[in-house]
Amino acid sequence: MLKFVLRRLLLAIPVLLVVVTISFFLVRLAPGGPFMEERAYPPAVIEKLNAKYGLDKPLHEQYFNYMQRVILHLDLGPSTRYLDRTVGDVIAQGLPNSMLLGGTAYLTALVLGMAAGIIAALRQNSGVDYGAMAVAVLGVSIPNFVLGPLLVIVLSLTLYWLPPARWGDLSHLILPALTLSALYTAYIARLTRSGLVEVLRSDYIRTARAKGLRESVVLLRHALRGSLLPVVSYSGPALAFLLGGTIVVEKLFLIPGLGNFFIEAANARDSFIVVGVTLVVATLLIVLNLVVDIVYALIDPRIAYK
Amino acid sequence: MGTPLLSVRNLQTSFFTREGEVRSVDDVSFDLEAGQTLGIVGESGSGKSVTSLSIMRLIPTPPGRIKGGQVLFGGQDLLKLSDRQMRAIRGKRIAMIFQDPMSSLNPFLRIARQLTEISELHLGLDRRAARRRAIEMLELVGIPDAARRIDDYPHQFSGGMRQRVMIAMALSCDPQLLIADEPTTALDVTIQAQILELIKDLRERLGTAVILITHDLGVVAGMADRVAVMYAGKIVESAPTDSLFARPAHPYTQGLLRSMPDPLQEVAELYQIPGLPPDMTRLPPGCAFAPRCPHAAEPCSQPPETVAVGAAHRSACWLNVRSETRA
Ligand SMILES: Nc1ncnc2c1ncn2[C@@H]1O[C@H](COP(=O)(O)OP(=O)(O)OP(=O)(O)O)[C@@H](O)[C@H]1O
Ligand code: SF4
Ligand SMILES: [Mg+2]
Repeated sequence: MLKFVLRRLLLAIPVLLVVVTISFFLVRLAPGGPFMEERAYPPAVIEKLNAKYGLDKPLHEQYFNYMQRVILHLDLGPSTRYLDRTVGDVIAQGLPNSMLLGGTAYLTALVLGMAAGIIAALRQNSGVDYGAMAVAVLGVSIPNFVLGPLLVIVLSLTLYWLPPARWGDLSHLILPALTLSALYTAYIARLTRSGLVEVLRSDYIRTARAKGLRESVVLLRHALRGSLLPVVSYSGPALAFLLGGTIVVEKLFLIPGLGNFFIEAANARDSFIVVGVTLVVATLLIVLNLVVDIVYALIDPRIAYK
Repeated sequence: MGTPLLSVRNLQTSFFTREGEVRSVDDVSFDLEAGQTLGIVGESGSGKSVTSLSIMRLIPTPPGRIKGGQVLFGGQDLLKLSDRQMRAIRGKRIAMIFQDPMSSLNPFLRIARQLTEISELHLGLDRRAARRRAIEMLELVGIPDAARRIDDYPHQFSGGMRQRVMIAMALSCDPQLLIADEPTTALDVTIQAQILELIKDLRERLGTAVILITHDLGVVAGMADRVAVMYAGKIVESAPTDSLFARPAHPYTQGLLRSMPDPLQEVAELYQIPGLPPDMTRLPPGCAFAPRCPHAAEPCSQPPETVAVGAAHRSACWLNVRSETRA
C-alpha cells in the first residue's frame, strides 16, 4: 500500500509539469497582456514593466525561465495584477478561505445528501422518496447565481438571520456554504439512493434477511458499505474543485478566496496567478483521487494495491 | 405419521409487473415430514424459488405479494406471524442456502462476522463463543484450516468453499428445515457432487428436513424422499421418488425424464421437450403445458384436476383423470 502511494505521488510530478506547461501556453497565447488594462500606462512604462517581469523575452525563453524557477525554487513567480505580491502570497491568502468554504459546503452536502438518499432508498417509491428526489432534481438544476441571491433575500434581507456577504466570523460562512452545497447535496442524495437501492436488491442482502437479522442491522452492517462506494469515488473530483475555489459563489459573497483571485487575475492577464491556481487545483485533484483510492481499498477488501 | 413439520396449503404468490400479474406460485400445496427431503424440480421460471422465498416471507414487496394460502410450520401459520416473530424463525428454525455462492455472501465482511452474527442473534452466544461455534461449523462442512481461514473475506474462497460456508451458516442454529435453492447449479460437476454429499451427510447427522430445489432430476433421485414437479407456478405431479421415476404420470414429468442424460447409454442427441418455457404473463386458460404437450387434446383447454394415480402419487393431467375413470 505504501509503495502504491509513493508510486502514485511520483507519477504525479510529470503530470503536474504537463499541466503547468499547457496552462502556461494557453494563457500566454490568449490575446492581450498584463499591462494593457484600463489603467493605460504610457508605452515607456509598459516596456519597463515587461522587462522587469521578463515578458519582453521570446516565449520559449520565458517558459524555460519559469519552469526553472518552479522546479528548482518552488517559486510560482510574481503577480502582475497585485503588483507587490508573489503568486505564493496570493495562494496563501486565498486557499485557506476557499478550503474552509468548500470543505464546509461538502461536509454539509455529505451529511444532508446521504441522509436524504438513505431515507429515499428505504422508502422506495413512496411520497418521501419522490419528494426527496424532486428536491434533488431542483438542487441539480438551479444555478448558484440564482440560489445565492435567493438565500440572501430570504435569510438575510428579510429574516435578518445572517449577514448577506463579506468575510469575517463564521456566520459569514453559512450562506455561501449553503449555496455551494445545494448542487452537491442533490447529487450525493441521488448517488446514495441509487447505490443503496441496488445493494438492497442484491443476493447477499437476501442472505442477511434470511438469517433473521433486523432491518436496521441489515442496513447498517450489510448494505451501507457497498452503497457508499459511488459517493466515495464522486467525492475526489468534487472536493478538489470545491477546495480549489469556486468562482461564482466567491464573487457573489465577496469572499477573498482562490476563485475570486483567479477570475480577477484572468481578466488582468496575470499569467503567473492563472498557472499557479491551476496547479493548485490539479494538485488537489491528484491528492484527493489518491485518497479516494485508499478509502476505496479500506471499504472493499477485494481491492488490493501493490 | 403425525402432523407434518411443514404444510403448505394453497399458496399463491404473484408479481405485479407492467405486463400484468405474474402468478409465479399458483395454488401450491405440499407437506414435508420432519427429517424428510422434498425435491422440487422444474424448468427455469416455474416458481421454485418464489415458493421457497414465500415460505421464508422474503418475497420483495412490491412488486411481489403473497396473495393467499397458508404455510403451516410446526402447526403455526407463518403468513400470520408478525415481522418480529418471523425473524425469530428465519435462520433459526428455517434456514436457506442459495444458488449463487459468489454473490450470496457479503463481499465486505469477513467470513467470521457473517457466521457469528447468526449464532449471536439466535443462540445468544457472546462474541467468543460465537466464534468458537463458527470455527466448529466450518470444520464440520470441511473447510481446512478453519481457525485461520475464518478471518478471510469471501473473495479469498473458491465457489465450492463459499457454498460450504453458506451451508455452515445455514446449519449453525440447528434448523428444523433447510431450504436449498439450487445449491450446486453454479458449481462445476465434481464440486457439485461433494456439496450434495455434504448436505446428505449433515442432514442425516442433524436430522434436518430439507427442501431441495433443482432443475436436475438426477440430483433429486439420489437425495429426495418425495419429489414435486412444478410447471408454470403449479405442482403438476408429486410422488415418492421411486414411484415418480418408475411411473411418471404427467407428460411434463415424462418429458423431463426422457431429457435426462443416461450415464450407461451413449445417446447421440439428448431428448428435449419441444417449445419454450411458458410466458408467465400469457398462460393458456386450461393446462399450461398444452402448447408443448404431445398428448394435448380437447379437454386440455380446461384446467386439469389433480388426481391420485398411485400411493401418495398425484398428477394434474386430463390423461390421468380419464385412465382413473376407465379403471
Ligand atoms: N422480483 C420479481 N419481479 C417480477 N417477477 C418475478 C420476480 N421474481 C420472480 N418473478 C417471476 O416469477 C416466476 C417464477 O420465478 P422463480 O424465480 O420462482 O423461478 P425458478 O423456478 O426458481 O427458476 P430458476 O430455475 O431460473 O431459478 C418467473 O416467471 C419470474 O419472472
Ligand atoms: S392436461 Fe392435456 S395438455 Fe396438459 S399435460 Fe395433460 S394431456 Fe398434456
Ligand atoms: Mg430459482
